[in-house]
Amino acid sequence: MKVVLPSPLASYTANRREVEAEGATLQALLADLDRRHPGIRFRMIDEQDAIRPHIKIFVNRAQVSSIAHPLSPADEVLVVAALSGG
Amino acid sequence: MPRLLVLVGTRKGLFVLKADRARQRWSMEGPHFLGEVVSHAGVDPRDGRTMLAAVRAGHLGPTVLRSMDYGKTWKEAAKPPAFPKAAAGEALDAVAHVFWLTPGHPKHPGRWYAGTSPQGLFVSDDGGVTWEGVQGFNTQRASAPWIARGPDAPPDGATLHSINVDPFDPAHLYVGLSAGGVFESHDAGATWRPLNKGCAADFLPDPDAEYGHDPHCLRVHPKVKGVVYQQNHCGIYRLEAAERRWTRIGAAMPKEIGDIGFPMVLHPRDPKTLWVFPMDGSTVWPRLPIGGKPAAYGTRDAGRTWKRLDRGLPKAQAWYTVKRQAMTADALDPVGLYFGTTGGEVWGSFDEAESWQCLVLHLPHVYSTETALVA
Repeated sequence: MKVVLPSPLASYTANRREVEAEGATLQALLADLDRRHPGIRFRMIDEQDAIRPHIKIFVNRAQVSSIAHPLSPADEVLVVAALSGG
Repeated sequence: MPRLLVLVGTRKGLFVLKADRARQRWSMEGPHFLGEVVSHAGVDPRDGRTMLAAVRAGHLGPTVLRSMDYGKTWKEAAKPPAFPKAAAGEALDAVAHVFWLTPGHPKHPGRWYAGTSPQGLFVSDDGGVTWEGVQGFNTQRASAPWIARGPDAPPDGATLHSINVDPFDPAHLYVGLSAGGVFESHDAGATWRPLNKGCAADFLPDPDAEYGHDPHCLRVHPKVKGVVYQQNHCGIYRLEAAERRWTRIGAAMPKEIGDIGFPMVLHPRDPKTLWVFPMDGSTVWPRLPIGGKPAAYGTRDAGRTWKRLDRGLPKAQAWYTVKRQAMTADALDPVGLYFGTTGGEVWGSFDEAESWQCLVLHLPHVYSTETALVA
């Protein structure tokens, strides 16, 4: 499925902002994304599997709060480096 | 001829100042990691080559990057410092940023230590590629009352810093916890005990508290056994090693200056010579040069007397902070000293702080400076 990434993560994807990854849950998709682009997951998700404070993840434009969220092949995942002031 | 490098970690990237050994011709490379916070960066003195940087972008998680070609290319740690996954019901600790990096003992080539916020201690035995928690420290996190576990606290988070490896005993480690105090281990990190006797903590109700102190910078002399100094939130201290007790050598500083500050730099050869950069520690702790007149202070008699060292520095209206990693020395003779400011300046002295010159202006807020002599 399509994953749209913010510019702060572009160094992991050879500057591509749209990449492909697969998974039946957000957790599985992030694992696949990390296999394809090593290191990218830890910069979005901490060691306790929490989405980092200034990262927001949307599935089909609805924000999700847990990486256990289920996914379908037709879903689109949008990762946003959330504005937090300044 | 070997070159001198000064690595300057800033709030928006890493810069590398380069000089010939005479320290007369300077150039600058960078920024590396443009826009990312570089808390600390250094070159491994054992191989003169491996360069590590503790990096975090504003929106992203923390990591460590490694270069083997003096910054031409960087590779991210395959396993950055991270706490273990918590079991159900346990507190969820996550590294917010890697704050401090220290190369290990020469007997352990490839070993590095990292200190984090929240306070954690990590070790790498492969030159920074993979990191593991120092179990003796990190497993105490749940029970040790001196370890701050919360999220980033003001102003820059509760940090583990000042990781020092005893040059005469690779199993003897020191760390500073802000806040928490100074702690040491004689078994390579398996067990720890407080090392705070004699050190003031005027913000605690117990004047003789065993822990809870606020060391700002701890330095162990690289050549002379048992010589340890500390710049603390509550003064400048020398460790009386046999008694495991601190003596407040900052008491000899001028009263109008006081003995509060962040960095502390030891002479690489003379155990009685060190330098500090006092900051205003009054009222709301402004942490700025006293009266807007920046100055280093140095002692050549282990803190019995101090000398103001401000020739070349601004005479008035200079309002910046020099952070705990942001002042350092080289190993040349005479010793060169360097400090970076939160105003983005890097200053150097090539006569052991007797006079200063501005090397760089207009950098981002400086977090750290470290030197290296490389081929």
